[in-house]
Amino acid sequence: MAPIVLLVNGTERRVEAASDESLLSVLRDRLQMTGTKYGCGEGQCGACTVLIDGRPVRSCLTLASQVAGRKITTIEGLEHDGKLHPVQEAFLHEEAFQCGYCTSGMIMSTVGFLASTPKPTEDEIKRHMDGNICRCGTYPRIVQAVARAAEMARKE
Amino acid sequence: MPKDIAAWIHISENNAVTVFTGKVEMGQNIRTSLAQQVAEELHVPVASIAMIMGDTDRTPWDAGTFGSRTTPTMGPQLRAAAASARDLLVATAAQQWKVSPTALSAADGRITDSKSRQSITYGQLMHGQQLVKLIESAPPLTPVVDWKIAGTPVPKVDGRAFVTGRHKYSADLSHPDMLFGKVLRPSGFKATLTSLDTKAAESIPGVIVVHDGDFVAVAAADSATAERALRAIKAKWSVPPQPSNADLFSYLKDHVTASRRDEPHIVGSVDRALSDADVKLSQTYTVQYIAHAPLEPRAALAEWQGDKLTVYTGTQRPFAVRDELADAFHISSDKVRVLVPDTGSAYGGKHTGDAAVEAARIAKAAGKPVKLVWTREEEFTWAYFRPAGVIDIRSGAHKDGTIVAWEFHNYNSGPAGIGTPYNVANQKIEFHPVDSPLRQGSYRSLAAAANHFARESHMDELAHAVAMDSLDFRLKNLDDDRLRAVFQAAADKFGWRNRKPSATRGFGIAGGFEKGGYVATCAEVEIVGGQNVHIRRVVEAFDCGPVINPNGLRNQIMGGIVQGIGGALFEAIRFSNGRILNPYFSEYRVPRFADAPEIEIILMDRRDKPPMGAGETPLIGLAPAVGNAIFSATGIRLRSLPMVPNGLPSKRA
Ligand code: FES
Ligand code: FES
Repeated sequence: MAPIVLLVNGTERRVEAASDESLLSVLRDRLQMTGTKYGCGEGQCGACTVLIDGRPVRSCLTLASQVAGRKITTIEGLEHDGKLHPVQEAFLHEEAFQCGYCTSGMIMSTVGFLASTPKPTEDEIKRHMDGNICRCGTYPRIVQAVARAAEMARKE
Repeated sequence: MPKDIAAWIHISENNAVTVFTGKVEMGQNIRTSLAQQVAEELHVPVASIAMIMGDTDRTPWDAGTFGSRTTPTMGPQLRAAAASARDLLVATAAQQWKVSPTALSAADGRITDSKSRQSITYGQLMHGQQLVKLIESAPPLTPVVDWKIAGTPVPKVDGRAFVTGRHKYSADLSHPDMLFGKVLRPSGFKATLTSLDTKAAESIPGVIVVHDGDFVAVAAADSATAERALRAIKAKWSVPPQPSNADLFSYLKDHVTASRRDEPHIVGSVDRALSDADVKLSQTYTVQYIAHAPLEPRAALAEWQGDKLTVYTGTQRPFAVRDELADAFHISSDKVRVLVPDTGSAYGGKHTGDAAVEAARIAKAAGKPVKLVWTREEEFTWAYFRPAGVIDIRSGAHKDGTIVAWEFHNYNSGPAGIGTPYNVANQKIEFHPVDSPLRQGSYRSLAAAANHFARESHMDELAHAVAMDSLDFRLKNLDDDRLRAVFQAAADKFGWRNRKPSATRGFGIAGGFEKGGYVATCAEVEIVGGQNVHIRRVVEAFDCGPVINPNGLRNQIMGGIVQGIGGALFEAIRFSNGRILNPYFSEYRVPRFADAPEIEIILMDRRDKPPMGAGETPLIGLAPAVGNAIFSATGIRLRSLPMVPNGLPSKRA
């Protein structure tokens, strides 16, 4: 166990963690930030997606110690003063979820994707999001939600 | 089910409505659709209703949330309770104001006397007291045609909690003194422990090792330490030889359970009819074991207080899990409370309380609350599977397309949807239970998916044999109006009559009736590079009586179709000698974005019929429609699910 300092959603968080501990386990089990989900632990489902310096990464395959000091954004960090992030708005508007377990990861993947691809085509959306599993099969609505979020962001 | 209103509905002084139901929410949207139905009958806004679901101390006993039973049973139950409550409220106000109840109206959570202009909220009227009255035998239900809240696309209750990550699934819960548990898994099914060394694990500070027969587990204050302790345990297991996929289907036919034989359904004589049929077919269809793979693996948080046990866990059957826990610890059921947070899906896969029992065992030994979250590998291995099966069909038809003989044998996969909706004068239909080599259980639509795959594929083969259009052939042998209507609706929207199959484009149709719902599915596939099957477009018509929430229903239907793609094309559990060979998402392929076709859904919205569930039936037409479409493009008839785990085979049927 060694102390590390993580910069999570703009706040410095000091935690004791094992050197081989994943960012996912530190977020969920040490910081009680459970919005980020475990779905596979093998980088296959995207439920654990967070942003590191604005880029989507799988927190289950990221060592917490490696991202010390870098800007970590989780689903809990998107809402500001009770106002949802446009991507959250879009998912809610399209009701692009059923059980909702994949939703945090889908939203974080979308936020990261739209930052680099503000005007995605439908094919680009599907290709980028293909690493995220929605076992409930909500894919068509998620594609619509991503497109809608892109449109909302352009109007802002 | 309890007959008093108070067991189901409570109204607080400040007019907040609480509804109690043993059903659970796992993505099928019943938290919303049930609230809509209460709102409709109680005449209150949906927003004033809080649903308490799946809490064994607070909600009436319930068998579980499965089999598409919520809408046809719990919906009417809550509507009746709400309508009776409204009657009670009106009567109470009438008594207080000394007027006739007919002079009063109930709307928006208030009783109003239009003459005297008196008005009072339900809460003020009752002062938060219980609604003491039995549910009426013929409550004044709002006719479906007059629904204002039910029948509309009310947004998902708590939707915001899901997009903000605030909703707490079982795996997200915590307790201040909680330990994280981990169970040592055997190296195979039916294994026995032959040696165990836990010294290294025990020497890690803060680690508790639990050992009780073949059950070995660890607990620690943080998950990383618990995992390290688990890895430090040295254990040897002996695993008996067991079957594998390679000999699965002959194994199933050779291991029919002798003790349990279901009576076959027999009408007329298949043999006699076959002897003078113009066309005779005999074919075998198979389905592999598949996994539910809910994205939230099994998880539980268990806490003992003296001899009282409280467990939070995602299960479809909270009361059955309560009894399972009571049995496991030899305590009475009233000492156990099970609470089910809205769950990260189940699809029939969370009927049992495995994680709950394990967490409670570790918690008992550790003397502290314990959270246990299964890994993906554990979920793929130690849950149960959708049954594999073999289906043999013999059939005969006249040249004019009349089916005269239908013989259908299902080995192991199950009896749901085993009958045929088509008119056939001579039938023999039989389910043969088997001693399954893998632990098996419920799966969305049960065996209806397998039985519909076999039947609707075979119908296509028969149509082909008598040189008829496969839709015309079905309609010729079909009387059921509702099933005819969905076939017609799906075919029209799909453009069935104008389809132009080619070597790279195929079109298929299939349908059926199950769990009170009628479904017809049309599929268009593209064959890419002579090898890969892409489903491009699916049109599905669905009739489950009156629609309670069209937005939620469309979501369920779309989900059923997409999930059906996995079982149809590529999902299969590979196993050998008591081990699962592909217990990871990297090796067990589930549908992803690229697999999802364009989907068009037609809701029949039959307001003249009773409402039925929709979590299962929308899935059953997909596989046969796709198989029939593949045949129309390639001439290759695929009779095994999954159909193309490694692309199209090259040989012709
Ligand atoms: S949990 Fe990280 S990708 Fe699945
Ligand atoms: S909504 Fe259930 S996994 Fe996506």
